[in-house]
Amino acid sequence: MKKIAMAVLASSILAAPAMAADVKIGVLLGFTGPIESLAPNMATAAEMAMKEASDSGNFMGGANAVSVRADSTCVDAAAATAAAERMVTSDGVAAIMGADCSGVTTAVLQNVGTAKGIVMISPSATSPALSDIPDDGLFFRTAPSDARGGQVMAEVLMGRGVKSIALTYTNNDYGKGLADSIQGNYEALGGKVTVVASHEDDKGDYSAEVAALAQGGSEHLVIVGYLDRGGKGIMQASLDSGAFENFAMSDGMIGPSLPEAIGADLNGSWGLLPGGESEGYTIFEKMAADAGFEATPYSAESYDSAALIMLAMQAAGSSDSQKMKAKVFDVANAPGTKIHPGELGKALKILADGGEIDYVGAREIELIGPGETGGAYLEQVVQDGKFTTVNTH
Amino acid sequence: MTDVLNAIVLLGNFVLVPGLAYGSQLALGALGVTLIYGILRFSNLAHGETMSFGAMITILVTWLLQANGISFHPLPTALLALPFGIIGAVALCLIVDRLVYRYYRQQRSTSSIYLIVSIGVMLITGGLIRFIIGPGDRKITDGERFIIKARDFKEMTGLNEGLAIKTTQGVTVITAVSVVAFVFWFLGRTRTGKAMRAYSDNEDLALLSGINPERVVMIAWIMTGALATIAGTLYGLDKSFKPFTYMQLLLPIFAAAIVGGVGNPIGAIVGGFVVAFSELIITFAYRKVFMYLLPDEMAPEGMIQLLSTDYKFAVSFVILVIVLLVKPTGIFSGKLL
Repeated sequence: MKKIAMAVLASSILAAPAMAADVKIGVLLGFTGPIESLAPNMATAAEMAMKEASDSGNFMGGANAVSVRADSTCVDAAAATAAAERMVTSDGVAAIMGADCSGVTTAVLQNVGTAKGIVMISPSATSPALSDIPDDGLFFRTAPSDARGGQVMAEVLMGRGVKSIALTYTNNDYGKGLADSIQGNYEALGGKVTVVASHEDDKGDYSAEVAALAQGGSEHLVIVGYLDRGGKGIMQASLDSGAFENFAMSDGMIGPSLPEAIGADLNGSWGLLPGGESEGYTIFEKMAADAGFEATPYSAESYDSAALIMLAMQAAGSSDSQKMKAKVFDVANAPGTKIHPGELGKALKILADGGEIDYVGAREIELIGPGETGGAYLEQVVQDGKFTTVNTH
Repeated sequence: MTDVLNAIVLLGNFVLVPGLAYGSQLALGALGVTLIYGILRFSNLAHGETMSFGAMITILVTWLLQANGISFHPLPTALLALPFGIIGAVALCLIVDRLVYRYYRQQRSTSSIYLIVSIGVMLITGGLIRFIIGPGDRKITDGERFIIKARDFKEMTGLNEGLAIKTTQGVTVITAVSVVAFVFWFLGRTRTGKAMRAYSDNEDLALLSGINPERVVMIAWIMTGALATIAGTLYGLDKSFKPFTYMQLLLPIFAAAIVGGVGNPIGAIVGGFVVAFSELIITFAYRKVFMYLLPDEMAPEGMIQLLSTDYKFAVSFVILVIVLLVKPTGIFSGKLL
């Protein structure tokens, strides 16, 4: 231990004289698993924010924010907990940007976040259960809860004149939470849910599930699932057997790989994705394009999550989670100078000078209640094999 | 009358057509399992991975053919690549037999040792497959997707319900029928086939009659490799290729082999269809069928579903348990396990 301490000391003196120590931030996302096609861009976006803060020279008196990536797998709670544990104990991260899916996020928060007192800001965990979970004030999220997602989905269905739906969800915390919320809200608005059935991911064949769903007599199928797994299988089997042609999709189903896999049959189907068209998002899209990646779902939220972590550290003047956790609300909400993506350097400077900021970011961040965003939703329709935004709710 | 037709078409679309295709795939798989059981006298748990391996080689060759612009329109290109997949899987089976199983044959090991060894082979083959092609989903279907589309069928007949038949389902059934016919001709009519049956029936007598046991074993592996590749490729074409799903297929395949009577080829075929149709019939929701058949006032409110689709695999388990309890030798009295 002494040797390591000496080595660290020596290397920091040699490498960066007069510079503060680097601050490590964990990026815990599902690089393998059901959302593996989204995770790389999410991580790149978070790292773009870290690079922006480091390059400005204003972060914690000239420190660098260093990313430590680990795989949450999205579904395997034990693997995600082990990965987070390693990040905290062996890599020594100060805070975690993540995790991504609701189930693993809950597990990591309970086993690592609150146990070790580490701040976690998730870009994509949307389960309503995370709103009431005891978190010692350590957990925040930049994506809205599915309680709101279900309400918007029900309203859009009604707005489109759909009076009866079949509903299928992936059998986990995210799927069940959102499906319950959709069903409750939709029935309250007078809609009829003819069948509700869960599906397991990673099966070879979904024809039996689709056959059962088709017997309710609805023409519309609402799929709460994942684009790289069961959700796609259900959709393909529905089209093959002619059971359904109209699909409404949850956020987990939206991504460029879906229309590529399904083809022209998907045109006209639609889905809802948290986020709004805003000035900040336009800036973010441009920054992403300049950095050489596409602004795929949840990449903007990832940028915002990483930015919030660093801004809270700056405001607290310390990378200690126990000190910074109280500052997350301060930097995210009014009063203060409004901060858009690309202005992290300016924000860090204001905070260093003792000023106040209101981080708007790419997704109009405004934290409410238990540390989550209220949230706007984009209605995206597949046109010519691409998800295109047609409306904001 | 239209209502009756609608009900029939509905069942045809969701039970009969998928059941025939799935049953054919299971039957081919079970035939491979039963052959190995008949000749080598052990339950080959690595069979699912052999299917996956053969299908993988077929996919790799399919990609090569597609890249060179060779296609088999309107049929899937994978059918052209199938012989290469068969060669690959047969090579795998023979190499594994030479390196692994032959040793245990010389040791005269019991069938439970073989079973455990085959689990090892299964894990190694599975690792090899993931190493070569990765764990992800691969789609290889090309050519014409449908023989009849649901929408076209509705327009043609004016019925409410559509009947969709995928090209891959047609190909599956036709291939399965021809392969099964060939296997029966081979076992029943050729000298080698008769030698295999004699060996399976009584090993010592067969040896006394001058049958070369190593040759019989080799041919059994060649047939198993070929059957596994055909079953695996047809399943991959019809659904999608993902290494993980082939391990899940083991259960229904073994259920099929045991239901029919292990070691009995006819039993394997019948067992395949019994398991496939049981899975579909028990997990299907009959609400719409009854709505067509019964007068309006008697139309059911609920889904009329015996078992949720989540329990599909449980059906195979239940069939297995019932058969082992009631008639352990299977429908066609195969060997006792």
